Amino acid sequence: MPDKPTGSDATGARKRPPRSAFAGARADRPLHVVPDPAPAPQTGGSSYDVESIIKLLVRGLRMTGAAAGLSGEDLDRRITRALAFLRRRLTGEYEVDDFGFDQEFTDEVWLPLLRPIYKRWFRVEVRGIENLPLEGGALVVSNHSGTVPVDGLMVQVAIHDETPGHRYARALGADLVFQSPVLGDLARKSGSTLAANSDAERLLRAGELTFVCPEGFKGVGKPFGERYRLQRFGRGGFVSAALRTGVPIIPCSIVGAEEIFPLLGNAKSLARLFGFPYFPLTPTFPWLGPLGLVPLPSKWIIEFGAPIPTDSFEPAAADDPMLVFDLTDQVRETIQQTLYSLLLQRRSVFW
Amino acid sequence: MATTVLVTGVSRFVGGLAARALSTDPRIERVLAVDVVRPAHDIGRAEFVRADIRNPIIGKIIKQENVDTVVHLGVITTPRQAGGRTTQKEINVIGTMQLLAACQKAPSLKRLVVKSSSAVYGSSPRDPAMFTEDMTARRTPPRGFGKDSVEVETYVRGFGRRRPDVEVCMLRMANVIGPGLRTMFSDLFHLPVIPSPVGFDGRFQVLHLDDAIGAIHAATLREDCTGVINVAGEGVLTLHQAARIAGRPTLPVLAQAGPLVQQLTARTRVGNFDAEQMDLLCFGRGMDTTAQRTVLGFTPERTTRQAFTDVFGGDNRLTALLRAGGAHA
Repeated sequence: MPDKPTGSDATGARKRPPRSAFAGARADRPLHVVPDPAPAPQTGGSSYDVESIIKLLVRGLRMTGAAAGLSGEDLDRRITRALAFLRRRLTGEYEVDDFGFDQEFTDEVWLPLLRPIYKRWFRVEVRGIENLPLEGGALVVSNHSGTVPVDGLMVQVAIHDETPGHRYARALGADLVFQSPVLGDLARKSGSTLAANSDAERLLRAGELTFVCPEGFKGVGKPFGERYRLQRFGRGGFVSAALRTGVPIIPCSIVGAEEIFPLLGNAKSLARLFGFPYFPLTPTFPWLGPLGLVPLPSKWIIEFGAPIPTDSFEPAAADDPMLVFDLTDQVRETIQQTLYSLLLQRRSVFW
Repeated sequence: MATTVLVTGVSRFVGGLAARALSTDPRIERVLAVDVVRPAHDIGRAEFVRADIRNPIIGKIIKQENVDTVVHLGVITTPRQAGGRTTQKEINVIGTMQLLAACQKAPSLKRLVVKSSSAVYGSSPRDPAMFTEDMTARRTPPRGFGKDSVEVETYVRGFGRRRPDVEVCMLRMANVIGPGLRTMFSDLFHLPVIPSPVGFDGRFQVLHLDDAIGAIHAATLREDCTGVINVAGEGVLTLHQAARIAGRPTLPVLAQAGPLVQQLTARTRVGNFDAEQMDLLCFGRGMDTTAQRTVLGFTPERTTRQAFTDVFGGDNRLTALLRAGGAHA
């Protein structure tokens, strides 16, 4: 770095902590008959470069937009928005909350990526969205299925797109998620955090709409033959979090997710090798390679049930195991019954 | 009320500045600034006492001068400053032990303030989003400064049990940054290219040097404030965000390749990277700062973002250009 040309050397050295040897060496520069060019015009030069790059980018975006059938003001607005987004990303001028939730990323990248899957592939039908509060904390509790936890992502889209205030679902995920590269990062950025009481209560106290699948890996990784049969609902930690914060529990039943990757077998030794809770064998995976990762296009229904209030109990009730078990069972039963009735209403798996 | 305050570790940044800040406070009569090396910077009205906290002589000083408040800032974060990891551990752990042994024998002592670090919480994927003071590390830091801090805290807790009449206050500080202050953490953002673990983007908090001094000052004088207090600027930044603010490109590296990156940066002399930080860069760490505001009654002037931008975002040409360019677009 010290051998770089003069212009950037000056800034480069300034950013580094002063190293006396270098600082002294720069003071006795060789004499020039003609003074060194001032750094200012150079900065101006690269600013023009940036401008021309931006102009080129705008032209490219215009052409793409025109090809996509957009024109006029709408196109201009979209281009301005895209450029502003890019600029904020490049300069770090975006906000990340205490949990690592990056709202801008979720709005501009994450949800737009999921939306086509939500709308076109699974054709999700949402019922009972009015059961979600417009503001304030609530704990959405749902069944978990599908070998790959796509259901959580679809509930995220459903809650954001269908609620009048476009609320964000703050999901609680297993530590395995946060241990994995990319996955853990995306989970935090899109609003998830660790499924632990401390984090759940922190989210609920902050008035966030929190989403949890208490079945965990037992739910996602169950064999196809046991579809729509709820597993044990954890140890009731979600109920005690709701009791301590006094927020309602909203049961959420998802039909359709069980059929996306029918889990026929579990290669336990491979699972151990990779450190996964299970290694799925489906009709298509791993036999068809990456093609086996394409989920079957089942038709989904997500139904939000009537809220179960918890504010009638004292916060200390969270330490009463019997009450916690009772409430856990009540939530579980509600979801199980809703699942059965939705299955009866469903005409076919795929439409 | 603190009348005679003894500050350790004054030859370094935080210690020296804290001694100076305390010496300007009219409520404090005397400030004794202790270290083995004379500080190169001005320590104000504070009286410099050349002593090694690892030597029992420190006990005599505390007794003779009737010290009522000891502010222990002699815990070193960077091995290089101490002259190697062995010395660092010696100063941090043995130094604290000796100092506390001396404090235990001092009847005049009323209050002990110790600078600890957020490193005691470690960094793991099972961490809560925000650590409160009553939580412990999910994965105890296995080596380095983090381990030292955990041990220092254990000794301080032990001291608290043996001398219940002494008020003990420990400040768990987020990474302190400031102009001219060199730590393991600041070295990272002085690298020409910032190594970032692939697929991770840890969150972190920082504390501006001025605010660190402010917190130490507040903790020295605030008598009802005891126990552990998390000290950090509001809000968090992620590694990539920080790199953008500092105007440095990031280089994806495998999280497991930390030691290799450390060797490479040392060999090529581009800067210093410490593999110890890899977990922090992967999983990040956040501290709940409610007690800082309510118990300590101190609110840092700068948020994490402001502090970081002040210290590292000074000459970010890209930001400047994009601001100019963005105005045209």
